Amino acid sequence: MTKTISGSRGLTIEEPLLFEQGSPEQCGVDLEEPPAVVDRLGGLRRKAPIGLPGLAEPTVVRHYTRLSQKNFGIDSVFYPLGSCTMKHNPRLNEKMARLAGFADVHPFQPESTVQGALALIDLMAHWLKTLTGMPAVAMTPAAGAHGEFCGLMTIRAALEDRGETRTRVLVPESAHGTNPASAAACGFTVDPIPANRRGRVDLAALKSKLGPDVAAFMLTNPNTCGLFEDEILEISEAVHAAGAFFYGDGANYNAIVGRVRVADLGIDAMHINLHKTFSTPHGGGGPGAGPTVLSAALAPFAPLPGVIHDDTGFHLVEHAVGSGRKPCGRIKGYHGQFGVFIRALSYMMSMGADGLRQSASDAVLNANYLLARLSSDLTPSFEGPCMHEALFDDRFLKDSGVSTLDFAKALIDEGFHPMTMYFPLVVHGALLMEPTESESKETLDGFIASVQGLARRAKAGDGELFHNAPEFTPRRRLDETAAARSPVLRWSPAGGNGDKK
Amino acid sequence: MRYLPLTDADRKAMLAAIGVASVDDLFIDVPQAVRRDAPVELPPHASEYEVERRLTELAGRNLVAGSGPFFLGAGAYRHHVPATVDALIQRGEFLTSYTPYQPEVSQGTLQYLFEFQTQVALITGMEVANASMYDGATATAEAAAMACRITRRKSILLSGSLHPHYRSVTATALQFSGLTVEALDPDPLDLEDLIGRVGPETACVVVQNPGFFGRIVDLSALAAVCHDEGALLVVAVAEPVSLGLIEPPGAMGADIVVAEGQSIGNALNFGGPGLGLFATRERFVRQMSGRVVGQTVDADGRRGWVLTLSTREQHIRREKATSNICTNSGLCALAFTIHLALLGEAGLRKLAEINHAKAVRLAEKLQPVKGVRLLSQTFFNEFAVALSKPAADVVETLASRRILAGVPASRFYPSYPELDEVLLLAATEMTSEADMDSLVAALKEVLS
Repeated sequence: MTKTISGSRGLTIEEPLLFEQGSPEQCGVDLEEPPAVVDRLGGLRRKAPIGLPGLAEPTVVRHYTRLSQKNFGIDSVFYPLGSCTMKHNPRLNEKMARLAGFADVHPFQPESTVQGALALIDLMAHWLKTLTGMPAVAMTPAAGAHGEFCGLMTIRAALEDRGETRTRVLVPESAHGTNPASAAACGFTVDPIPANRRGRVDLAALKSKLGPDVAAFMLTNPNTCGLFEDEILEISEAVHAAGAFFYGDGANYNAIVGRVRVADLGIDAMHINLHKTFSTPHGGGGPGAGPTVLSAALAPFAPLPGVIHDDTGFHLVEHAVGSGRKPCGRIKGYHGQFGVFIRALSYMMSMGADGLRQSASDAVLNANYLLARLSSDLTPSFEGPCMHEALFDDRFLKDSGVSTLDFAKALIDEGFHPMTMYFPLVVHGALLMEPTESESKETLDGFIASVQGLARRAKAGDGELFHNAPEFTPRRRLDETAAARSPVLRWSPAGGNGDKK
Repeated sequence: MRYLPLTDADRKAMLAAIGVASVDDLFIDVPQAVRRDAPVELPPHASEYEVERRLTELAGRNLVAGSGPFFLGAGAYRHHVPATVDALIQRGEFLTSYTPYQPEVSQGTLQYLFEFQTQVALITGMEVANASMYDGATATAEAAAMACRITRRKSILLSGSLHPHYRSVTATALQFSGLTVEALDPDPLDLEDLIGRVGPETACVVVQNPGFFGRIVDLSALAAVCHDEGALLVVAVAEPVSLGLIEPPGAMGADIVVAEGQSIGNALNFGGPGLGLFATRERFVRQMSGRVVGQTVDADGRRGWVLTLSTREQHIRREKATSNICTNSGLCALAFTIHLALLGEAGLRKLAEINHAKAVRLAEKLQPVKGVRLLSQTFFNEFAVALSKPAADVVETLASRRILAGVPASRFYPSYPELDEVLLLAATEMTSEADMDSLVAALKEVLS
């Protein structure tokens, strides 16, 4: 219940919407008077007011500062969100991205004036190619899912070039939802592949589904159960024997960077989420970047633009004509997520070849430490060591009246962001924990103690604690059903979604 | 290494707790043949100052836009970003949080996205908006696909006024979808007849306003024809500051409005990351792709926000989702919404007035120059001129004098020789009279 008249408590202050504050006379910027001219708007000057509020700068600063205080971030809490890789975001990356020579450069300046920017993209590509052992990389995908789309488009273009029509893409049941959605966006039909009892791809089932109409097999490795696909070489051989391409979802590349080269696994295309493996900020949901490494067979079909280097300097290839390439098209405006590249490169240079390898080792060590220490109180889904994340299911909550959701919400009151819940879909009531290499042993020990304590209270029948959790957050559980039933997606003076036209 | 907290003693104790001798024992599922023991051929870890030194050297090889007269636009605009914006977006609780799937600990992100959605709906004149997409180009492709879902038609018509990157991204994205994308030729003189091409097969017409070549068009008649034929009108906006001064697409009958939001709150960043804005009518919301925040109440009846309508999305619907999109452009949306909060009603309108007036001043100064012909009769802050020499050569010559003179149309359309002399020039609040005079003087010399 609300503890104060205003609803404020401690450091968490209630904050109305922007639109419920200020007055039209207020403004948070000072602008000069425009020069007097006769307008050239052709009579299309805006007629009605926009409806924006006016706020002075101090009001705006306080508004967003208060909002920020209603968020968990990696800076403030342990954030073991499996499959999302919430690692430390170094501030050096932010400082580098704000250098005027990077931030204040226009995408269409003449090539001679952006040699540093093109060199940076080329250097970033060099790091990615060297780490993965792949000969080429498409730099423009804006996110992981966009990288999948890029890879599949490239595969489709390569198949068409060969004169082959292949319509099916095979995707494991444990895959991220983006995999089947990306395949559908490229015009493929999607065929699911079941997991075996060891949480890996069922190789026999895969082989039985491979055929002359299969364009690609998509595989996340380590997979979303946090397990390395130990039959990956047999998988890649079978996929290639069927004439199909092998797409790697690099969402979990952080577990193996510097220890395994993607090229050695027989992968033809793989996106790399720079915000996962290379520490660029998640920013509340983006922007990401998903450069996609490509095999020699797929390289000519990479989307435009690309950066090349000769003895006159760096050049942008923006058109297919005369380039010697057969691009699948253009998938993004301009030249890719340049600002994200700077941050990732700043991190890669900081870590170096040795540090990146150590990051994978520490990430895997931390996850196995959680797995080992929590195995007696929770129920691990699979036997053996895990990679960078530890997967449990809800058998330990059987008959307790506490669900995975309740358990996760109770962790919030313990000062931790919940683990990923109900994903992957191949186990019941999944709890997927990814500690990353950024966490100290002390932090993990504190988390383990909290999880153990909660598991024991759940088994002891203390259901009420879980059903009421969280209690100490700015808001308690929110009614998601009501939100979806009659969606209110914006503020308007009269309520609802504004004027119906 | 500064980002790794584990000590060797920690590692040893943890390995003992796990019951293995070394970290290599945790990688036993990796086939022996592909395990690599030696580090890859890349430099070793480096100190903070060493990384700064190397990256600052690379940054120094670029000509900074703000270092001299600058007139580039073509979808990316150099506006002033208040210091407040950058300070606030770097608060760790914004910068280092994930997608707000746990609403109890994400009300900050959810509230600002709800406010962002409201601002986008207001400036575009639409009813609802999503929580942003990758950029203007990909948002355009999403809009075209959405129009096909709504109308159950397959034919998409792209105006020659549409940004060439938006055109090619849309054509690429939809090439294997069973939809037909017809892109009209680039159209600096506004000669194309869109109305005459709308028919019973048309799913949507996609136009840009102001157009790529600068022109502002009244779209009401086109909207009416689209609606008579059962088609939708999609309007792209590459410069959202224009919405402070000109009639918004919603008021002209648009069904979907997409935009590149970079020019409010975000630096140029060599073109990325961008910020896709996406707004539509309420009745189409369940066909809209992208993340959406909705209002609700918590267990104590207090107003709060959640991600909603997720049954459209890939993590629920998989291959049947409206799109494969899993992310938005959160931090860029935050910068946009903070800058727009600072501007407010009066600020956005005045900023737009200044931009337009500066562009008019620039046009007035250029019109008397021999070898320069103004092509755009109406415009906001950017217009096209025809030069007496190939525009790319002129731009290159002026760049060697540290004047960034605009964007030659041939950069996008090398196979249209009739565009070789066409140059796009933009002015913003950052453009001074002295900058304009430098450009005019240099052009007089180069074109004589």
